[in-house]
Amino acid sequence: MIRFVDIVVRYPRAAAPAVDGVSFDAPEGTITAIVGPNGSGKSTLVRALLGRVALERGTIEVDGDDASTLDRRVLARRVAVVSQREEPAFPLRVADYVALGRHPHSHLWSAADPAGPTAVARAIDDAEIRPFADRTTEELSGGEWQRVRIARALAQDARALVLDEPTTYLDIAHEMSAFELLDALARRGQAILVVSHQLNLVARFAHRVVLLHRGSVAAAGAPSDVMRGDVLERVYEWPLVVTRDPAVGAPALLPLRGRRIT
Amino acid sequence: MSPRLRHGVLYLVLAAATMLAAVAGLGIGPVRLTPVEVWNALGGRGDVTVVAIVRDIRAPRVVLAALVGAALAMSGAALQGTMRNPLAEPYLLGVSGGAAVGAVLAVAGGAPFGLVPVGAFAGAVAAVMLVLGIARAGGRRPDPRVLLMAGVVVGAFANAVIMIALASAPADSVRNALWWMMGSVAGATWVQIGWFAAYGVVSAGALLLFAPEIDVLALGDDAAAGLGVNVDRAGRRAYVIASLLAAATVAAAGLVGFVGLVVPHLVRTRAGSRHRAVIAAAGLAGATLVMLADLVARTLRAPSELPLGAVTALGGVPFFLFQLRRFK
Repeated sequence: MIRFVDIVVRYPRAAAPAVDGVSFDAPEGTITAIVGPNGSGKSTLVRALLGRVALERGTIEVDGDDASTLDRRVLARRVAVVSQREEPAFPLRVADYVALGRHPHSHLWSAADPAGPTAVARAIDDAEIRPFADRTTEELSGGEWQRVRIARALAQDARALVLDEPTTYLDIAHEMSAFELLDALARRGQAILVVSHQLNLVARFAHRVVLLHRGSVAAAGAPSDVMRGDVLERVYEWPLVVTRDPAVGAPALLPLRGRRIT
Repeated sequence: MSPRLRHGVLYLVLAAATMLAAVAGLGIGPVRLTPVEVWNALGGRGDVTVVAIVRDIRAPRVVLAALVGAALAMSGAALQGTMRNPLAEPYLLGVSGGAAVGAVLAVAGGAPFGLVPVGAFAGAVAAVMLVLGIARAGGRRPDPRVLLMAGVVVGAFANAVIMIALASAPADSVRNALWWMMGSVAGATWVQIGWFAAYGVVSAGALLLFAPEIDVLALGDDAAAGLGVNVDRAGRRAYVIASLLAAATVAAAGLVGFVGLVVPHLVRTRAGSRHRAVIAAAGLAGATLVMLADLVARTLRAPSELPLGAVTALGGVPFFLFQLRRFK
C-alpha cells in the first residue's frame, strides 16, 4: 500500500507549490488513478515517491514505512515505477532491458538472483512482448516500447506498480490490453497507481480516482463520484458532458466543441 | 547464432587479436623475430641479445601500451554509459587538460624531468575534482550534461594556463613537457608497469564491479532512481573511478588520444547491451589497438619515432567515420 499524507512539494524559484497538501491511499488489489489537467501535479507525486523531488511537508508511506527513510533498493523491491519518459542512451536487447528490472534484487558482490530468470520470463509473457524480445530497444514502435517498459517494471516483482501515463502512444487495442493487464495485476493483489489522461478508460478500470487541480485534490472516490460534469468542467476549464457508457454503464466523458468557459 | 554464442565468439576474436598484436609488437623492429623466436626469448632460451631485446626492450613497451590502451578504452566505455553521452570520454572530462597543466607546471617550476608524470597525475586528479566541484556548484544535483560542460570549461581553463606557461617559462623545458604529453611508451620500465598494473587492476576491477549500476544509469535518472540506484552518488562514483583510471595512463604514457572515445563504440552493441561486457571487450580492443599504434609509431619512420598520441588520433579518425555511418 502506498499512502500519501499531506504532501507539499515546491520546485525551486516557483511561487506556488506544485503539490499542495495532497493525501490519498493506493491500497493493494485496486487500481487507483490520478487524473487532472496538465501541470496539476500528477507527475510530481510520482517523482516525490522516487525521491527525485524533496518534500516540503508530508510523508509518503510504503507498506507503513516512510519511503524517504527506506533504503532505495528496498523501496524499489516494493514499488516499481514506469516513469513518463525514458530513453536509453544506447540501444539494448529487449530481453536485457527487461532483466534490468531485477537490479534491486541483485547484489553488488554476487550475481545470484535465483528468482531472476523466472521473473523476467513471466514479465515478458504478461506484457506480451515475447515476439520482439530479441530486438533492440531502437527497433520498437512507440506502443511496443511502452509495453517493454511495463515488462521491466513487472520483472521488478514489486507489490505496488506506479505508471505515469502508460498508454501514451498506444492505439485502442494496446490501450485496452494495457489496462486489462493492470486489472489482472490488481486482481492478483498488487497495488496499482496509474497517472492517466484517458478519463474514459480510468472510469471503466479504476476502483478509485483522485482528481488533482492546481496541486490539490479537487475530488476523490469512485469513478462515478469524481466524474461529474460540473466538477470536471471546473477543473479542466472546458465545456463537457458526462454520459453513461451504453455498453458497460461507466461514466463517459464527452468534451464539447466551443469556446473556453471562464 | 544465439546472443551468448555471438558474444563468446567476439571475446575469442578480441583475445586472439590481443595476442597477435603482442607477438607483432615483440617480433617487429630493427631485429625481426619470428613468433617462435619471440616465444623462446620470452622463456629465456636462445641468443642472449635476442632475449635482451625481447624481454628488456620490447616487452615493457608492449605491455605498457596494452595496459594504457585497455585502461583508456574501459574508462571511455564507462563514462559514455554513465554520462548517457556517446561523446563522453576521459579527455573531454578534464583529465587531459589537467594532466597537461600539471606536467607543464612541474617543468616550468623547475622540477626534474622525472617528476613530470607525478605532476601530470596530480593535475589530472585536480581537474577531476574541479569538474565535480563546478558541476555541484552549478546545479542542485550534478546532471551529466552539467558535468560534461564543466569538463569542457576546465579544459579551456587548462589551455589558458598552458599558454601562459609557454609564454613565460623557458621555452625548451616547456616544449619538452608538451612533447612528453603527446604520448609515448618508449621509456617503459618494469617498475613503472608494476605500479600502473596494480593501480589499473584495482580501478578497472571497480569499474567492472559497478558496471550493473552503469547499465541502470544509462536508462536515465528517473528510471535509475526507480530501480533503486542513488543516481547522484552512483554517477559521481563511476565518473571518479573512470577518470582516475585515465589519469594514471596520462602519468604513464602522456596523452594517447581518441582511444577512450572510439574503442567503446567499436565494441558496443557487438558485445551486448550490458556494460560489464562492453567495458571488458573495450579493454581487450583498446589494448590491441594501442599495441599496434605503438608498433606503427616506432617502425614507420625508424629510427625516429612518431608521437603515439598522433598515431592513435590519425588511426582513430577513419574508425570513427566508419562508426558514424552506423549511427544513421
